Amino acid sequence: MSDLDELYQEVILDHNKSPRNFRTIENANRKAEGYNPLCGDQVTVYLKLENGVIKDISFQGSGCAISKASASMMTSELKGKTEAEAHGLFENVHRMLTGESAHDGSEKIGKLAILSGVCKFPARVKCASLAWHTVNSALKDRGEVASTE
Amino acid sequence: MKAAQEISKLEPRRNRFDVEQVRKDFPILAQKVHGKPLVYLDNGATSQKPRAVIEVLNHYYAEQNSNIHRGVHHLSERATAAYEAAREKVRRFVNARREQEIVFVRGTTEAINLVAQSYGRTFLKEGDEIIISAMEHHSNIVPWQMLCEQVHARLRVIPMNHDGELVIDEYRQLLNEKTKFVSVAHVSNALGTIVPVKEMVKLAHERGVPVLVDGAQAVPHLKVDVQDIGCDFYAFSGHKMFGPTGVGILYGRSELLDVMPPYQGGGDMISLVTFEKTHYNVLPYKFEAGTPHIAGGIGLGAAIDYLAALHWEQVSSHEDDLLAYATGALSDIEGLRIIGNAKEKAGVISFVFDHLHAHDVGTILDQEGVAVRAGHHCAMPVMQRFGVPATTRASFALYNTREEIDALVKAVGKALKVFG
Repeated sequence: MSDLDELYQEVILDHNKSPRNFRTIENANRKAEGYNPLCGDQVTVYLKLENGVIKDISFQGSGCAISKASASMMTSELKGKTEAEAHGLFENVHRMLTGESAHDGSEKIGKLAILSGVCKFPARVKCASLAWHTVNSALKDRGEVASTE
Repeated sequence: MKAAQEISKLEPRRNRFDVEQVRKDFPILAQKVHGKPLVYLDNGATSQKPRAVIEVLNHYYAEQNSNIHRGVHHLSERATAAYEAAREKVRRFVNARREQEIVFVRGTTEAINLVAQSYGRTFLKEGDEIIISAMEHHSNIVPWQMLCEQVHARLRVIPMNHDGELVIDEYRQLLNEKTKFVSVAHVSNALGTIVPVKEMVKLAHERGVPVLVDGAQAVPHLKVDVQDIGCDFYAFSGHKMFGPTGVGILYGRSELLDVMPPYQGGGDMISLVTFEKTHYNVLPYKFEAGTPHIAGGIGLGAAIDYLAALHWEQVSSHEDDLLAYATGALSDIEGLRIIGNAKEKAGVISFVFDHLHAHDVGTILDQEGVAVRAGHHCAMPVMQRFGVPATTRASFALYNTREEIDALVKAVGKALKVFG
């Protein structure tokens, strides 16, 4: 598989075309905005957090296929997870995107491994990590705008 | 710009500009990227350098390197002479009246900041108004916003129409007794629009308002004559006109530069320093604190020599042909929308697809060897005006060819295929 085919796999294209949880949550109790100053990608993540568990999660915004698919997969993956689990996943995904992990399955990232092709495109790492930085800031409830910088 | 329809794709080139010969002057163009011939269409970001410029930089460091304006020794004299000769080349290039009006800076951004801080902080006060336009690069927005905060002045913005042209009638309306400065781009970096700066300067001068023209995107495409335009300041960068990065020019009318305080303090900008008082140097050195980018200045001079040896009319008609050909070819792609359709355009085509983001296009084009810019082009208000998050921008230089535009079109087709 070429680098390009690995980047734009069928699953990613599908998430881009029909993003999951692409909506707002009326009674969200956490919300954060993320912004990639380099290219203008923008994402808002909504969370409904109950007793440390992510009961519901959604996102809105505009961005490229990679950032949209990454946000979509992230929301699917995080629903039902505890805050601690979400944080662990954030760390693992970040390592995968920056090419620091071995992709040998030793780190638990499940379906998100499909995004590993991004690490061969350094200019696109920030696209894939934007939603994750944003959810991280929502969980910390800093009320600040997350940035990939 | 000639309308796309006027030039059939099959029509042979009308000029005798030998682009293949010119390409040989730019060593970087011969390389392959991802196994494909490099198609460099990101000239709006920076242009490539001809061998003549690269060799001058080499020669400077190998044979001439020394600090300028301060050594009595042989090398310093040679370096000073070469640097000052470059200043004279720049003067001729933009047709300034005197060398003293040519200030070496780091680039367009620094030139604009210099004027905003030195002229602006001295002569603008609370309630005054500064006019810029809706198509400015961030570097011609933010320095004025910073000045507005410092002196409590107000920023006014000339709107543009749907084709990406400034609405001159609105500009007329904005000009009033509170207007104390106008700063506009000569050519839009995001849209390619050529702005009628001469007319705009005339309107401002009727009210005694000074005008700065940001020429960063104009100097590689248009013959610039600052006296003909009549502007008070003209700013541009060396690296977008085939010269080195890190060097740029502020042209300023000496009457204004004379009354402006220094922008930075340090060596070279003084004539006498005591702890009680410092006397500033004469123009242009008053604005050139510290050791400058000497090699860069000399390299910029070499870039000007390179351009001077080409026939400008031929270069111009070659670039018109490229723009018309590319506009026609890209317009034929289903779903592709060109942002910026001004009647007068230079060397830039920005385009979008409804369901295909510029970054994805940029990445796929890169895999085909085609280098373009994808993003907001440091002109976020322009993106907001057209309601798009980002565009893909192909920007041309004199060394680009119709074949390269064919490669661009083919690569865009591939991007569309990936996204079905």
